[in-house]
Amino acid sequence: MSKGKKDDVTGTETTGHSWDGIEELNTPLPRWWLWTLYLCIIWGIAHTIAYPAWPMISGATKGVLGWSTRANVAAEITAHDAKNAELVTALLATDMETLPASADLNRYAIARGGAVFRSNCSQCHGSGAAGTKGYPNLLDDDWLWGGQMADIEFTVRHGIRNEQDSDARYSQMPAFGEMLEKEEIAAVVEHVVSLSSAEYDANLSATGATVFADNCSACHGEDGLGDRIQGAPNLADAIWLYGGDHETLTNTVVNGQFGIMPAWGPRLTEADIRAVSAYVHSLGGGE
Amino acid sequence: MNYFKLVILGIVALVAAMGMNWGHDLAYKVHAFIIMAVAAGMFFWVLRRIDEPVPVPEVGYADGVIRAGVIATAFWGVIGFLVGTFIAFQLAFPELNFDWGQPFTNFGRLRPLHTSAVIFAFGGNALICTSFYVVQRTSAVRLFGGNLSWFVFWGYQLFIVLAATGYLLGATQSKEYAEPEWYTDIWLTIVWLAYLAVFFGTIVRRRERHIYVANWFYLSFIITVAMLHLVNNLSIPVSFWGSKSVQLFAGVQDAMTQWWYGHNAVGFFLTAGFLGMMYYFVPKQANRPIYSYKLSIIHFWSLIFLYIWAGPHHLHYTALPDWAATLGMVFSIVLWMPSWGGMINGLMTLQGAWDKLRTDPILRMFVISLGFYGMSTFEGPMMSIRAVNSLSHYTDWTIGHVHSGALGWNGMITFGALYFLTPKLWGREQMYSMPAINWHFWLATIGIVLYASSMWVTGIMEGLMWREVDDQGFLVNSFADTVAAKFPMYVVRGLGGVLYLSGGLIMVWNMWMTIRGAKPATTSLPAPPSPSNATPAE
Repeated sequence: MSKGKKDDVTGTETTGHSWDGIEELNTPLPRWWLWTLYLCIIWGIAHTIAYPAWPMISGATKGVLGWSTRANVAAEITAHDAKNAELVTALLATDMETLPASADLNRYAIARGGAVFRSNCSQCHGSGAAGTKGYPNLLDDDWLWGGQMADIEFTVRHGIRNEQDSDARYSQMPAFGEMLEKEEIAAVVEHVVSLSSAEYDANLSATGATVFADNCSACHGEDGLGDRIQGAPNLADAIWLYGGDHETLTNTVVNGQFGIMPAWGPRLTEADIRAVSAYVHSLGGGE
Repeated sequence: MNYFKLVILGIVALVAAMGMNWGHDLAYKVHAFIIMAVAAGMFFWVLRRIDEPVPVPEVGYADGVIRAGVIATAFWGVIGFLVGTFIAFQLAFPELNFDWGQPFTNFGRLRPLHTSAVIFAFGGNALICTSFYVVQRTSAVRLFGGNLSWFVFWGYQLFIVLAATGYLLGATQSKEYAEPEWYTDIWLTIVWLAYLAVFFGTIVRRRERHIYVANWFYLSFIITVAMLHLVNNLSIPVSFWGSKSVQLFAGVQDAMTQWWYGHNAVGFFLTAGFLGMMYYFVPKQANRPIYSYKLSIIHFWSLIFLYIWAGPHHLHYTALPDWAATLGMVFSIVLWMPSWGGMINGLMTLQGAWDKLRTDPILRMFVISLGFYGMSTFEGPMMSIRAVNSLSHYTDWTIGHVHSGALGWNGMITFGALYFLTPKLWGREQMYSMPAINWHFWLATIGIVLYASSMWVTGIMEGLMWREVDDQGFLVNSFADTVAAKFPMYVVRGLGGVLYLSGGLIMVWNMWMTIRGAKPATTSLPAPPSPSNATPAE
């Protein structure tokens, strides 16, 4: 069996071995395959000369093109910054209240702020800024802490109820579950429902109005219209952060709510803070 | 020998019982229970047989363990496809991360269950059982080591169970494809060395003068996987009584080691090992000689030399130094032709047998698997190019690439091998239903096409969306926008999975009907070959 025999179909000789009936033809390497392999090898060698490739004793060869990922990204950032340098200077110098009036600068600030928002804020407020349960909708004109440019900028910079910024906006709704009776809670919930809905139990709500006046009006106001100084929500506008159904309202009254927003001052650049404030202000509810 | 076994099993059961008591975490305690139950069961099994007469050694090929492996391959395959399809739908419909199943059934824990089930349970069992089959036939000797091959089989199943339950219970090293914790790794090392001993011992005792090419590939796979497994899993347990361990390497060194391992899991587990399968089953099924002996030598050595350097292409544009990334990319591209050598050798073996594709659905599976092998080994080098990678990296394109290789190449060739082996091992003429194989072929093929094309579309789309900037250079999309945009393609991908899974179920039914009522076939060794070609008989 050491000599090959001719294969009838191809006319090629076999190598003469047979394993469990499997034989092998002695076909030479396909030329196109071999040449493509050679070309790949030649290209590979050339590429390692052109680009950083071979590790030496201290460091690696740099490549004749002087190419480097770090240098490339640094160059791109520099180019981007240089292109917008004038606008950045203007943005840092501008009075934020008058920003919406200066068309070019405002357009730049909103474009930049949108990118900042999509990278940093969209995780909670949604990529369209419409918010979700527990995270305010930024498209409407219902503001917890104020919708003027300066209010928004302050909120972005210092955040809300966080521990890392001593200037963070702060307020706390007590957990009334420990202070009120169950019946009183049911009544005050009914009263809160009555502020924005036509469907409620009039008797129960009337009882609740007293409870509300005694316990809630200090922050939410006598008519439940809220107080932006304390971040106390308006309860009469049918816009709910956590939900306006009986179950959610009862839970809110019993346990309180304590939504936190981080302070972005330490994380974003001054220009980014200004830009994202302008962006949020421009979304529809800015005052 | 039996008394020695009893002592070892008794000690293992005792230590495992202590582990159940003192374990620091749930996964460890459950694993201690499993190990104790297995060791105690074995203890009594050995004890009851201690004075029984030693059974007469079987003669002929050792096919019992291969029969078990064929069944295990089909079983784990269906489990792996099922979990894969489920998590595909979890991505499309996050509600499927049921609240009542937390934290055990969330995507993060089921995903490694899927990858390990298909790669190590389905692919691993396929490799072990086909390598046992092929090495015996092409060496014309019975498997080396007596019952050691059964130890490899059951030891490997225990590894799979420990790995799978560990993922669900939260024991993980967080290294892709190397998630099992330290004691599972140690167990796999023991099993793997036994596997190496059985395979290598059989080759050493072969009665053919030359080692057949399939066995080169199998052997390179077994040896390299042992090396990869050992180095990538170097870690120090926090406590002997807990599953957590700390990696020996840190930072970018750890990342590089991981992807040296990860890429060669693809290169040696899913490529070299499966090429071993290809080199036996394709010429057998086509009944034709291998196309080119020279090509098989050149592409074998170039493949195993080049693959081991290609790992850094998984870490383009990261903390990995540029020079390492360049080398990873260059070696990946030079790897293109060596990979295609296997495809050419497989496809051209059909010279003079192309007409069989019309009538033989098993051969068709082998051919389409070689087609997918060729496609994904072109796509891979292309994606390793830095400029392409800057678009494709972290996107679903990578997932599509992996699956066209895994479903197309590894899956299809394994199905073909199972259809080849089942009738032979159980003494049937052929599979119970040939039309069912045809159905399986088309369901699987359409499933792969849906999977790969939907992932190309969504991968390239999200890559473009991530880098999209407006005229002032600011990013246009938030990450959530890109996720939302992918929804329709995620549904298409899930449907592809359903088709592939249905094909697998048809195969299991077909195998069941073939095996039912059949007696295991015993195959005797061939007559000793003529002296000129033989090493002395034992």
